[in-house]
Amino acid sequence: MPQPDTFQSSGAAFFAGVKSALTSVFVLVLMGTYIGIGALAHDFGLASWWLALSSMLVWAAPAQVILISAIGAGAPLFEVALAVTLSAIRLFPMVVALLPLLRGKGTRLRDLLLPTHFTSVSMWVESLRLLPTIPPQWRIAFCNGLSVGYMGTAVVFGFVGYYLAAGLPPLLAGTLLFLTPMSFLISTARNAHMMVDRLALVLGLVLGPVLTAMQVQLDLLWTGVVGGTLAYAVHRLREAAA
Amino acid sequence: MNAVVAELWPYLVLLLVGFLPNEIWRLLGLVLARGIDEESEIVVWSRAVATAILAGVIAKLILFSSGALASIPLPVRVGAAVCGFLAYLAMRRSVFAGVIVGEASLLLGGFLFTH
Repeated sequence: MPQPDTFQSSGAAFFAGVKSALTSVFVLVLMGTYIGIGALAHDFGLASWWLALSSMLVWAAPAQVILISAIGAGAPLFEVALAVTLSAIRLFPMVVALLPLLRGKGTRLRDLLLPTHFTSVSMWVESLRLLPTIPPQWRIAFCNGLSVGYMGTAVVFGFVGYYLAAGLPPLLAGTLLFLTPMSFLISTARNAHMMVDRLALVLGLVLGPVLTAMQVQLDLLWTGVVGGTLAYAVHRLREAAA
Repeated sequence: MNAVVAELWPYLVLLLVGFLPNEIWRLLGLVLARGIDEESEIVVWSRAVATAILAGVIAKLILFSSGALASIPLPVRVGAAVCGFLAYLAMRRSVFAGVIVGEASLLLGGFLFTH
């Protein structure tokens, strides 16, 4: 995709970022994901503005799915917080990898606060791809524009999913609700590059419902800790054997 | 709880158990200049834990559905998820193809079982 080499102002860089977001393939992914999350929020009885705020503040689809379904099911709040924080650890290395591209001479810490908050998979992948082609002084503005484009899409389509789920007949509303587990199942499988991740996926799929059916307290955390640690142990054993 | 607190409570919950536990990792990335290795053991383990939690949530949404999805019979929901996943594998790991096939299977199965 051709990018202008330079911009007249940071406003121009910002809007180039927005445009870049709205014309990328991630926008379709976000639309589908947030229509599903919108339907989920409606199903669990949360307000549409609550969902919009969560998209702006949390801005991580897996954490939002965990948050909505766990709060909706009445899980203890500290369990929800722990599950969310465990799902968010991946953001740490992403921020660390992104910031050197944005940091220039005289960059203030507060200029990096917004890009830090905006860091999520879609923005991160596109920033790492596009920022090197942009002059350093315009990168933060471009990156913020890119992120606002993605976040705006997520917020708008969250509302779309929410009100579609409210108005559609049960079968079609059910299909919308199915969008979240279906798309997350497949995208998680696609992101599982290592054997340990695939094993954790399978163990989580089995343990989650089993522990829930057995009415185990804090089932979500146990699913993560037991399933994840088992997968990790198998990974270590295989490495030791190799 | 008075009415104002009751109304604001979900937003307080959003801040405390949604925003803060998520944002802390982004801020740590900003503050700690030195990165951590993507393949370091603690990262591999924490990713496995996070994957298992998300997988547990996914399975629960399919098996113990609520609301409108619960009106579609369990075998149809599970069958549709399997069809979608197989389509994803068959069509050169296309997420789009998998989701479309899964959704279409659910719609078709749900239609046949409820009519």
